[in-house]
Amino acid sequence: MSTTVLEKTPLKSEQSPKRKLSLTGRRSAFLSVFFLVFAIAFRGKATLPLDRSSLTGFQESLNSLSAWIDNNRDSNPFFTTFVNVVRNSIEWLVNFFQHGISQSGDSRIIPQIGWLGVVVIIGCVVYAISNFRMSLFAMSGFVVLGLLGFWQESMDTLVLTMAAVLLSLIIGIPLGVLAGLFPKFENFLTPALDFAQVMPTFVYLTPVTLFFLIGPASATIVTLIYAVPPALRITAVAIKEVPWSSVEAAVSMGSTRWQALRKVQLPQAKRTIVVGINQTIMAALSMVTIAALIDAPGLGQVVVRALESLDVGRSFQAGLGIVILAVVLDRSTTAAASKVDSGNIVNESRRSRKTILTVLGVIALLGILTSRIFSWAGAFPGSGLLGAKISTWVNNYVNWFQMHFVSITNDITNVVSYGLINPMQTLLTQSPWFITGLAFVGLSWIFGGKPLAAISTFCVLAIVGTGLWSDTMVTLASTLVAAIITVALGILVGTWIGRNKKADRWIRPILDAGQVLPAFVYLVPFLGLFGATRFTAIMAAVVYAAPASIKLMADGIRGVPATIIEAATAAGSSPWQMIIKVQIPSARRALALATNQGIIYVLAMIVVGGLVGAGGLGYLVVAGFSQENLKGKGLAAGLAIVLLGIMLDRITQAIAHKSSKGLSSAAH
Amino acid sequence: MFTGHRARKRTAYVLLVGAVTFALSTGGSAQAGYTRAAAKCGTVNLADNAWVGYEANLAVVAYVLKNNLGCKVVVKNISEEISWQGFQSGQVDAILENWGHEDLAKKYITTQKVAVDLGPTGNKGIIGWYVVPWMAKKYPDILNYKNLNKYASMFKNSESGSMGAFLDGDPSYVTNDEALIKNLKLNFKVIYTGSEAALITSFRAAEAQKKPMIGYFYEPQWFLAQVPLKHVTLPAYTPGCDADAKKVACDYPPYVLNKVARAKFMTSGSPAATVIKNFTWTNEDQNSVAKSLAVDKLSDDAAAKIWVTAHAAQVKAWIGK
Repeated sequence: MSTTVLEKTPLKSEQSPKRKLSLTGRRSAFLSVFFLVFAIAFRGKATLPLDRSSLTGFQESLNSLSAWIDNNRDSNPFFTTFVNVVRNSIEWLVNFFQHGISQSGDSRIIPQIGWLGVVVIIGCVVYAISNFRMSLFAMSGFVVLGLLGFWQESMDTLVLTMAAVLLSLIIGIPLGVLAGLFPKFENFLTPALDFAQVMPTFVYLTPVTLFFLIGPASATIVTLIYAVPPALRITAVAIKEVPWSSVEAAVSMGSTRWQALRKVQLPQAKRTIVVGINQTIMAALSMVTIAALIDAPGLGQVVVRALESLDVGRSFQAGLGIVILAVVLDRSTTAAASKVDSGNIVNESRRSRKTILTVLGVIALLGILTSRIFSWAGAFPGSGLLGAKISTWVNNYVNWFQMHFVSITNDITNVVSYGLINPMQTLLTQSPWFITGLAFVGLSWIFGGKPLAAISTFCVLAIVGTGLWSDTMVTLASTLVAAIITVALGILVGTWIGRNKKADRWIRPILDAGQVLPAFVYLVPFLGLFGATRFTAIMAAVVYAAPASIKLMADGIRGVPATIIEAATAAGSSPWQMIIKVQIPSARRALALATNQGIIYVLAMIVVGGLVGAGGLGYLVVAGFSQENLKGKGLAAGLAIVLLGIMLDRITQAIAHKSSKGLSSAAH
Repeated sequence: MFTGHRARKRTAYVLLVGAVTFALSTGGSAQAGYTRAAAKCGTVNLADNAWVGYEANLAVVAYVLKNNLGCKVVVKNISEEISWQGFQSGQVDAILENWGHEDLAKKYITTQKVAVDLGPTGNKGIIGWYVVPWMAKKYPDILNYKNLNKYASMFKNSESGSMGAFLDGDPSYVTNDEALIKNLKLNFKVIYTGSEAALITSFRAAEAQKKPMIGYFYEPQWFLAQVPLKHVTLPAYTPGCDADAKKVACDYPPYVLNKVARAKFMTSGSPAATVIKNFTWTNEDQNSVAKSLAVDKLSDDAAAKIWVTAHAAQVKAWIGK
């Protein structure tokens, strides 16, 4: 199998993938020409426009649905029993941790464990799961949080995040394992996951608080909905990536399927599962600001408050806190994973580790007791002078930058808007809906056959049914531009840091920041530089979506078996050939996942885009959240976003699958 | 590390240490001086909506409730929709500044009867069309809507195509701008910036870079203290001229900002209910506290203290002494 890679003149096998690609390529080209001709010929007809404030019949029926839920909340037994149980248990869990480390109780002014105790505990825990250097890193990160002046808020955020992540992993990993083992189950789950990841949070924010009341339960649930899909999806991919030959070998030696799962598949899948845990933590932290809109305590509140007076510096300060939490948690979990990956520990160090752990336990105990007895160790001393300095410095820097670069940035905005976004948007919105719809269905059929074409047909018709086709086309134009940029960055940067460990080390914090820094921290400066335009919205989407894409691609590149790399090097491949012909094709599953998640995260930013001038579906969702009579329209907009997401997700997956199948057939 | 026989012992060990630690830390908290006095007035749950004017109201009311009445004030940082919803669930006692929201009033005051309108706060909201100051200086006639078409092409940007750009902001404010532009036959297109932050940043950047900008804005707003936008006159408002949303061709009515409270809270006899009912002040009052918060970056209590000390008599009247 692998020997074919070494043959340098297999003309036949090099020709057949080319021929295969050119068949789909030819078909796509024909489809594009067909689409353009008819779109331009019939432009302006049947474009299904809808006034900003008008509602279709479907949207009005959604209004009545939400009114029904409002009225029946207190009387329906399902609502009262099930919902109350869930709410009370989550509240208990969160309150327990809150009173432990972040909030004052009824009889104490500071929490049960003061800052010194928390820092020491963190140090011990991180040491136990990884190494000493990492534990020092984690402790200093937490101390910086205190120096920023946000100790209590950081602990609040930590508590909520950990509660949500814990619950997400409990739900997501087992289900992910099942999905990895049983493809039928995965197909059943995927629409639900798409819904959870793509449905804008604003749409279910009010109903969730209606059921679960204002408080930690709602905040945790809202975060949970967004954080479970990464855990699930990535675990499923991890399981599927374990070569079937390993499982077969185990079974042939007498293991049951259950033993094979525990002793072969799970251990080999561990590295990618840890990427999943990492992504879950990132997803949870990225919800911090939205959760603040329903009274979740923590750093999100500081950001929202700073935004009221457009205090970029202060919002950056709080955002920095979130980023520090993210980086510490990311690094710790990654270090724990590589420790797991590197196999068992030698006998001697095990015994000494036992002693060390005991010592650590005692130190932790001492730290906690100290923080309870001495006030300087309980509430973080000082008034966050470092934080105030950072805040002022950022404000000054942003103003300076805006003053000097605004003409350049305005030019960039105009060039991209007039040159790229406007033509695409005009084409999509001015074409008759059935022509564009046919183009989607045609594309699906070329790359995914009849099943995919059926899904696309359903999605197109359903979007028309929501009454928001025109707005969907507006959003699609910006989404496509953002998605292209995101995937390009994913491949380029992901391959780079996948191959280069040094680059990985300093790029990673930037990626974490992009995923976790609340969007408005950099959006207000963006607004100053690029104006309230679709371009700003696209920039915001790329900043948020590219890191996920990059991280997944890097993991895929790193996962290419060393034997293949060696074989290719022995055969005389240049680095360029290595990347194009070996690493990227072998990482095809990671590429597909990176594309898929990249697009999903771009879609997740559609609503934020609506808050900075993108219009379209994003704006409608926000409007639905704020105006009672537009609630149905907002919900319909959310549905349209999900339908668009499903369609784009499936089509891109099919394209990735088909083209990599062509490339990989040369290697087998 | 957590697999295998020996490791299972280690896991149990770590968990034991952890459990003991937690048990010791949560049991027994006899530290002197870490207790808080009980409140006579009880707990008051106030909604905190995310704009500076509201924060100003909240800062002063919370300060008075805490310091003069000894209440325990719980602030809930939530949106307007969820604040009104809180009346139904009993989690919110009062909203201290409400802009219109007739639909929510109908739902919670008229139909469900869980909320009551406490009357005006004394602040008047003035909504309208505003241009950046430099334009008003250079083209004084732009302040009359009849001349807007003359300058429409100046307002073109990458989002508005061939028409002038007219900026709207946060969608929670019901606007008539699309209808107004159509009915007054103006060559503009509404750009939905989507948030107050986007709107303010656009105005600020336009003034700094001397770019043309026209949009929807309102008083009281702290931003006007930094950049004094100039109001464009539309046909005067007459009662009933905005009855049909599609045919509107007149200016916005002045908004009487009001307070809303939970019905059961108002009948509970809490002294806080009296304060909230009596709370009124002027636009100038709110602007001064808003400036302390947004521009001088004081904390809520610090900003409130300045105002309360300077208006002690007025505060006394609220408490009902």
